[in-house]
Amino acid sequence: MTEPRFFEGPQKGNLAAAYAAMDADIDVVTAYPITPQTTVVEELSILVGEKEFLDRGQKTHYLRMESEHSVGASLVGASYAGARTYSATAGQGLLYMSEMVHWMVGARLPIVVSIASRGLTGGAWNIWADYGDIISQRDSGIMIQFLATHQEIYDSILMGFNVTEHRDVMLPLFPAYGGFVLSHTAMPVKRVPWEEAQKFVIPKKDEWDHIWIDSERPMMAGALIMPQNFYAEFRIKAHEAQLKALPVIKDTMAEFEKRFGRSYGNGLVEPYMADDADVLLIGYGSIAKQAEDAVDTLRKQGYRAGALRVRTYRPFPTEDILQYIKKTKVVGVMDRGIAFGSPTAGALSTDIMAVCQRYESTRDTQIVPFIGGLGGRDITYDEQIEQFKILFELKEKGEAPKKPYKMWGTYWTGLITGPDKVPQGDEEYFGDI
Amino acid sequence: MTEHKEENKKENWEVIRMSQDDRPKVQSWNSYWELPPASVSLPIKGCAGKTGEWRTFKPVIDQEKCIKCYFCYMYCPEGTVLVDDETGVVSYDYEYCKGCGICAEMCPKKCIEMVREV
Repeated sequence: MTEPRFFEGPQKGNLAAAYAAMDADIDVVTAYPITPQTTVVEELSILVGEKEFLDRGQKTHYLRMESEHSVGASLVGASYAGARTYSATAGQGLLYMSEMVHWMVGARLPIVVSIASRGLTGGAWNIWADYGDIISQRDSGIMIQFLATHQEIYDSILMGFNVTEHRDVMLPLFPAYGGFVLSHTAMPVKRVPWEEAQKFVIPKKDEWDHIWIDSERPMMAGALIMPQNFYAEFRIKAHEAQLKALPVIKDTMAEFEKRFGRSYGNGLVEPYMADDADVLLIGYGSIAKQAEDAVDTLRKQGYRAGALRVRTYRPFPTEDILQYIKKTKVVGVMDRGIAFGSPTAGALSTDIMAVCQRYESTRDTQIVPFIGGLGGRDITYDEQIEQFKILFELKEKGEAPKKPYKMWGTYWTGLITGPDKVPQGDEEYFGDI
Repeated sequence: MTEHKEENKKENWEVIRMSQDDRPKVQSWNSYWELPPASVSLPIKGCAGKTGEWRTFKPVIDQEKCIKCYFCYMYCPEGTVLVDDETGVVSYDYEYCKGCGICAEMCPKKCIEMVREV
């Protein structure tokens, strides 16, 4: 057998995504470039002809499309026929694909599309890490995961099909990771040997259970549903599938850990010293991983800080998050992406506030929303320490401290509020992730 | 509701995977729990719901004038014109007739009248 060109070593996040998709034995990949995702599909165009895969009998069709909308449409078409489909996009491309994203959910197609998140264009272009793009698709019904390390990108895409193609789930999964911060930096990545990956990944089917293309057994999908028919019921079915995905994601993570020895919390949330923490900082993506370093520093100074990384954002892991909120009472929520006009300006902080209403014991939790890192601005390690200090001050004095960057109840971490806050070039590191 | 689901309705939607002969001849879903995951239509009667509900004008045939040419039967886009095997008399399946009026338009004897219903 041909030895793989790359098996273990420093690798870029985007390339890790491409290798993961190939190791998951995808049938169809459709591609359209957009920064910072482009190198995923570039690498895939090479990998589909790589001897390593051809020798093992893997056949992957690569289609170049004329737009992201067409990428979405072709993924839907290929998936109707029962193919395992994958693509990658980002930012404006995801917005252009958005119509088909909703179609993927409505038709219940187990597509995986990885997102190298970037800032959305609002009057000026931005291509750097910001989860605003994937957050904009929050209510489309897709499953959303936020990834924090290069290895996690590889592992999550490999695990992805086990979740999406599970009979109870059958929903598309969009794993998102920060553009450039992870996509274009290199960190050690270890692949799973191809043969072992095949044993782990869910066996392929000729067709899905609910939808197929077969001239002998004709079926029509995508018809009109009248109000008195079952439109509402089918929408609720997708919500039911989201909730059913929670245990499936956990089981997949447990199975992955058993086989390959790596895990990311329970697949839904990844706590870090959260069990005995006085204050808890909840976040997602690589920034939440960086918060673990801030926790280490604060613990050395005698502060009992804890961090919780939300890995799976949709379906929302309500119980898993509440389990840690119950113990702390003072919770900071860090969003990297802005939800304009929402109560806290952050999607996650609004959700966390909502779930705290579920139990009597969590209703008095004090939740402090933070927004930062928009458009790829670094959230430095010191800023995260400061976030924790705000939480500790709130806990001790019962009142959240005033800061120049606190407005409308939200702390806008990293906001330029005066000459001393103007960034001085790139003296800060790229995030130790 | 959860109990109801867990019991016997688990694989109820699997009816769509049956062969055309085994499947019920008329598609009818009665509840949330019977539905397949996505909205798909199979080539069976009623796969688009009771389309008769769409109707504004109802075709009424004058059996006296009818010459049994079956133009209406051939032109009906929905197959809702019924012809009796023995007598050859033409009638309508009003559950599914959308009231498009093509039959009335094509009738050479103009013996089909579109009567306003609503």
